[in-house]
Amino acid sequence: MSKTITIDGKIIPFEDGQTIMDAAMAAGVYIPHLCHQPEFTPHGSCKLCTVNVNGRNCTACTFPAIDGQEVLNETQELIDDRKKITQMLFVEGNHFCPSCEKTGNCQLQGVAYHLNMLDNHFPLFYPDRKVDASHTEVMIDHNRCIFCTLCVRASQQKDGKDVFAISGRGIDKHLIVNAQSGLLKDTDLNVTDHACAVCPTGAILIKRTGYQVPIGQRIYDHKQIDQVSLATEQHKHGE
Amino acid sequence: MKQFIQCIAENNQHQSTHLLKMLREIQDRYHYIPKDAIEQLSELLNIPRTQIISVVEFYSFFHLSPRGKYELLISDSITDHMLGKKNLLDYLAKILSVTVGEVREDGLVSLGNASCTGMCDQGPAGLVNGYALTRLDQPACDQIAALINQQKPLVEWPSELFQVDDNIYKSGLLLNQPYVQGAALRAMIDRGIKATLAEVDGSGLRGRGGAGFKTATKWKFCSEEPQTERYVVCNADEGEPGTFKDRVLLNSYTDQVFEGMAVCAAIIGARQGFLYLRGEYLHLHDKLERILEQRRQNGLLGTNIMGVGLDFDIEICLGAGAYICGEESALIESLEGKAGIPRNRPPYPVTQGYLGKPTVVNNVETFLAATGIAVNGGDWFASIGTEKSKGTKILSISGDCARPGIYEYPFGITVQTILNDCGAVDVLGIQVGGPSGTFISNQEFERKLAFEDLATGGSFIIFNSSRDILDMVNNFTHFFAHESCGFCTPCRVGTALLKKQLAKIVDGHGSAGDVVALEELCQLVKNHSHCGLGQTAANPILTTLERYPDLYHSRLKEISFEPGFDLDGALATARRLANRDDAGAHLAQTESEHE
Amino acid sequence: MANKIRVATTSLAGCFGCHMSFLDIDERMLQLVELVEFDRSPITDIEHCTNCDIGLIEGGVCNSENVHVLREFRANCKILVAVGACAINGGLPAMRNHITLEECLNEAYMDGIGVENPQIPSDIELPLLLDQVRPIHEVVKIDYFLPGCPPSADVFWKFLTDLIEGREPALPYELVHYD
Repeated sequence: MSKTITIDGKIIPFEDGQTIMDAAMAAGVYIPHLCHQPEFTPHGSCKLCTVNVNGRNCTACTFPAIDGQEVLNETQELIDDRKKITQMLFVEGNHFCPSCEKTGNCQLQGVAYHLNMLDNHFPLFYPDRKVDASHTEVMIDHNRCIFCTLCVRASQQKDGKDVFAISGRGIDKHLIVNAQSGLLKDTDLNVTDHACAVCPTGAILIKRTGYQVPIGQRIYDHKQIDQVSLATEQHKHGE
Repeated sequence: MKQFIQCIAENNQHQSTHLLKMLREIQDRYHYIPKDAIEQLSELLNIPRTQIISVVEFYSFFHLSPRGKYELLISDSITDHMLGKKNLLDYLAKILSVTVGEVREDGLVSLGNASCTGMCDQGPAGLVNGYALTRLDQPACDQIAALINQQKPLVEWPSELFQVDDNIYKSGLLLNQPYVQGAALRAMIDRGIKATLAEVDGSGLRGRGGAGFKTATKWKFCSEEPQTERYVVCNADEGEPGTFKDRVLLNSYTDQVFEGMAVCAAIIGARQGFLYLRGEYLHLHDKLERILEQRRQNGLLGTNIMGVGLDFDIEICLGAGAYICGEESALIESLEGKAGIPRNRPPYPVTQGYLGKPTVVNNVETFLAATGIAVNGGDWFASIGTEKSKGTKILSISGDCARPGIYEYPFGITVQTILNDCGAVDVLGIQVGGPSGTFISNQEFERKLAFEDLATGGSFIIFNSSRDILDMVNNFTHFFAHESCGFCTPCRVGTALLKKQLAKIVDGHGSAGDVVALEELCQLVKNHSHCGLGQTAANPILTTLERYPDLYHSRLKEISFEPGFDLDGALATARRLANRDDAGAHLAQTESEHE
Repeated sequence: MANKIRVATTSLAGCFGCHMSFLDIDERMLQLVELVEFDRSPITDIEHCTNCDIGLIEGGVCNSENVHVLREFRANCKILVAVGACAINGGLPAMRNHITLEECLNEAYMDGIGVENPQIPSDIELPLLLDQVRPIHEVVKIDYFLPGCPPSADVFWKFLTDLIEGREPALPYELVHYD
């Protein structure tokens, strides 16, 4: 008998070493997430993938699947809380979608659409953040960074570099790059690095590639992020 | 500078685990961490510069831009406020001609705030270049200002300024226990290691940091791990505002604490221990090192302890101003030379702790108790206290009472008894367990201190009826926002939002829905945060809202909505630039004010 | 049709793009005017709104006049709706928020290229600028939000028909977008 957990009553098989997220995604059950990508070490910071395990809230992307766990994923309470966590991500940065090249293909937006987020709910912070356009091919717009560390992990784990890091504390957290000048152009980042392609928002953009897909054909114009996520990540979770 | 950095790196064997120690030395010498030092250190330690920068920017006591040659910080604990901290800070700013948060133009002095420095029984307190200042008053400030302006080295400052008293008012089982150096180790050797673990188990001892995990169970789990390289860590990052008992234990019961660590090391099979000392207790550092050296001399530390083949030594690691490092996995990260960001759990430290090896982290008081239990056996401890809370608890009592200080009580003691002993009258309520604990009102003084009722790490702050509870809540809420590590969304953004939403109500801009919104936000932060900090950050609001809903509601306006910011204030710049002050150049905060 | 639903609309710190999009409901406008009657709105030239059922607000709050207009709407509309990105989060005008107002005004009226006779306007007829652009829900209570830059004509149609027909307004996935 293989081991199983249940998610919202549905029986999901898993193998030892898999997280709840791994098991769920492999079985075609979507759990919202932003800081998680199956090819990188789970981070567990965005907290969108919070599920209720035997009465306790756990982060699905880091919490191991254990035989017999009863996991709640799509309860109204969790959906409402995830929406508020998404709203928190929106208000702490400067997310002006109409002026962002990533719009339509942005996972932050995708999750927000999926959760039917219509407003910001909280007061906006309007933080003063900079843009680093020094690199000839890649730019960082710090206004849109959500500190998911995917670029940090991609650079370390896939590119064998150490271009990015998160520095600071609390609400003053910020992305830094590994150059004496502090500028992206002086790092060893290459436009073909995985770190350039992994940003879930429009914080790291490859120059001269924006607005190439017409409205209506962009990733989240018609497809919800659960479908997209399962289509692109499911097989990787099954590995 | 090159040579200095080189020297530091060599002294630390180029180990990045010692990064905090190296940065402390650099900060001490240059009053900031210069860019060139980061570059050089990055090469010498073979770590990316970003790793160093992220550590510098994480800890409150490290700076990327110069601080004053004399860096003066005043403790921002609620207890310091109750003792007149605000006026004192303003006074210091005035006589030193320096703006709070900034460096004086000549670079000689900077003035700022520090989270609770653990001197709540002898505040208002502060730190000068990391060293604790106590009982500050205007004459002391005058004296300090003069010493700074004369550029007197700290060693020449009068010792009264730095005098830290124990203030032990009530001793019990642990504090009265006579002690002979090595007695616990001797008893353990005679009894046997397994039998000693059984005694710790039988004692019912639970962790004294507040969470109350059973100590013997933790030690047993660790000892059963397949990995044989194991560590024992004493958590002396006593950062919970209102707590200072570890300061006293480390000052006057030092040997017992170290011996408890050695007992633990023998039981779990660790050869290396760490005492993680909060940076604010720098004044204890040299004394602790001396006692460690003495124990080595006496064959109680090092190799072949007491001639029975036990090897164990202890290293002291200083923190650098981060409350979160009291959380055990954040503490371990800090020990490894990183920013103190709590890890994902599982795995727990007992299986993967320091450098990924099995590690026991316990509170100072837990090790002290373990020493007593090793000597006297489990029953000695278990015979006192309540069913689920064996033994005694050492309390740090501060706030509105005649005798603030250290009190040891058997678990199960009523709040009223404590209040009588410390001379507290006209009490409005008590913050039990620090900001992350519970506020109890004067209707609850028959409640008992015990894991079954009021669990506490030892902080006990008394408020009399002249105090405003919302001032306290505001102070605590700011504290959590300041100390949030920022790792997870609910805590990073949530604690900042709590600050705003609470301010909206306290400042009188709240309306009908705002208390509900506040409570909803509290629940979100509590239920979804990554670690104990976020999970308890809303407690000051939640526990007072539960007891004093009217206090919050009385601040609300009787309208359906009011902006959370000062509307007329938002026009101030435009008024100034347009040189206008006519009626049309102003806005009422709400529409009703117009009529 | 004595009891037509009264709708008022306005644009604060917005570009009227949301209004243009509203008009994109095209021939459905004929159906709509059977059911609703426009009060204060760019379409009617009525100066002040009175006793309305629904108020649609485009744009964020950037100056004192915006505050007065918003309050008038709040006081006179049973249901107040934030329409479009600017009303909801300040939108593009709020991108000035990380620049101080003093710098903005100096650049525009004092030091900017091509400025003649530099002076910051001070006529009392002019509304003063707030130091930051704000979303409207930070100034008055808002009942519904219609995101988009602009919200499509279908969003307006779906929302208004839901309300008029007594349903709780809801936007399906296809109608929720922020750009």
